[in-house]
Amino acid sequence: MKEHPSRWWYALLALPLVGLLYPPLYATRDPEIAGIPFFYWYQFAWVVVSAVLTLVVYLATRRR
Amino acid sequence: MTLALISEPHDTNTTALVVFVTLFGLVTVLGFVAVRWRQAKLDHLDEWGLGGRRFGTVITWFLLGGDLYTAYTFIAVPALVFGAGAIGFFALPYTIMVYPLAFIVMPRLWSVCRANGYVTPADFVLGRYASRQLALLVALTGILATMPYIALQLVGMQIVLGALGVEGDWPLIIAFVILAAYTYQSGLRAPALIAIVKDTLIYVTIIVAVIYIPSKIGGFGAMFDAAEKALPTRDTPGALIPAGANAQVAYATLAFGSALALFLYPHAITAVLSAKSAQTVRRNTALLPAYSFLLGLIALLGYMAIARGIDPSDPNFAVPDLFLNVFPSWFVGFAFAAIAIGALVPAAVMSIAAANLFTRSIYKAYLRPQASGAEEAQMAKIVSLLVKIGALVIIVTLPTKYAIELQLLGGVWIVQTLPAIVVGLYTRWLHRWALIAGWAVGMVLGTLMAASQDFAPTYPLELFGTTINAYTGVFALAANLVVTLVLTFVLRRAGARDAGDDTRAEDFDELAEDAVYPVRGAPAPVA
Repeated sequence: MKEHPSRWWYALLALPLVGLLYPPLYATRDPEIAGIPFFYWYQFAWVVVSAVLTLVVYLATRRR
Repeated sequence: MTLALISEPHDTNTTALVVFVTLFGLVTVLGFVAVRWRQAKLDHLDEWGLGGRRFGTVITWFLLGGDLYTAYTFIAVPALVFGAGAIGFFALPYTIMVYPLAFIVMPRLWSVCRANGYVTPADFVLGRYASRQLALLVALTGILATMPYIALQLVGMQIVLGALGVEGDWPLIIAFVILAAYTYQSGLRAPALIAIVKDTLIYVTIIVAVIYIPSKIGGFGAMFDAAEKALPTRDTPGALIPAGANAQVAYATLAFGSALALFLYPHAITAVLSAKSAQTVRRNTALLPAYSFLLGLIALLGYMAIARGIDPSDPNFAVPDLFLNVFPSWFVGFAFAAIAIGALVPAAVMSIAAANLFTRSIYKAYLRPQASGAEEAQMAKIVSLLVKIGALVIIVTLPTKYAIELQLLGGVWIVQTLPAIVVGLYTRWLHRWALIAGWAVGMVLGTLMAASQDFAPTYPLELFGTTINAYTGVFALAANLVVTLVLTFVLRRAGARDAGDDTRAEDFDELAEDAVYPVRGAPAPVA
């Protein structure tokens, strides 16, 4: 019987919700990057961050 | 005709039309050839309705992406951004949040469905709670939420056909008859194969658009500046950044509520269950955010249309008119084909999902309990045709407005199945009659709230002296959960019994190695 991976890793997946569910955190125009308001690039950045987090959790909870 | 709401006169564009028809012809051939792909006897519902549960990581990625990001999404999201600004951008946090949630829940659903031969979420509910009534309600909710969604795929197709200068209902009817024919013949294999073409066309279109169009409008900075100037002058003033509590609560709850709803839709679950392992599902939710990035870029097309000075009579034409304005004809044909083919994949999967639900939870449960696998598959094929005809009739005879309103209601409705399906994956504590009561309260309350707001997606709820302006689906789900929990508590205290549970604890282990699943119920698919 191989060791069962821990489901505690799933807690990392709460981060995108924390980062996005409270818009006052990011509903601003500044700081801009190349003319793109913070509100927009912040959310685009979360696409990448959440994908990386999911990948990390996937690898950590995979049966080896 | 009743299509007046979204019609706008366009000249016939011959070059674009030739490219469009050629690509459409290509996927038609693919749809029919799909029947030979990984050939198996399609006389079992697992084969016709789930592609034999054999799709690997790559096919599942194309199928789920092609299925979840619909033609209507490509039209409506930038149209909302074009017309109202930031609020339309909620689609991005929505699709960011959905995958972490799906990563946790969906492999578990896959595991229990695979272990017990369940084809639909209603099958799972029946096995878990031994309640034919609850399973029927879950199935009916799924069918009800799916029908207008299929109809909206037709709207997406209608808009690009209109933009190409094609008049009348006939082209739409022909396209749908072809779709119905190859779905009938090939089952889920058809949209799985076509999704590869669809997603490739969409990626190329959007990548070209976001590289090429900014050079025509002075870059992204100028684009946002133009949007900031134009949005406050709309009839209902929009904004580049959501300001104030009302707009921000609406933004967050629309994103969160939509994320909760997405993977409860039958077409999403059908695509998940067609994967060959729980690992495939897990891997996919880590890879699917690529589509979220794409969706964010698609949303920005609304601002590009503003910056380019596009002024359509209906916002739904913002993107088609933008493409007609900046691209050469042949690429317009390519891009419009991407959108139209984008309608075919979801429409096919949705009709298959609805057909599976009807066959298992209504036909087999109530009309013909002794139905064999072959009879089930035959019934599902016929129902998939009826579902498409129904959607076509809705679009050709009723104003498009109704389909849009019904689709909004569909989201509010489908999320009411969350307690039975998602909570049911973790605990059997909730009582079946409490779940039924909670569902009923959520459905009625959500429908009344939406109707009272003339089918706007949010409802201003007066609570403790303040007004909370949030997504109706979230309020209705909260009421549903409260009723379900309280009634379960009361029923348990009163000593109410459970009817039974076919599932075993080990069926749910999404982290287990795939080989350990002892398959019960339906025969295992042949490898």
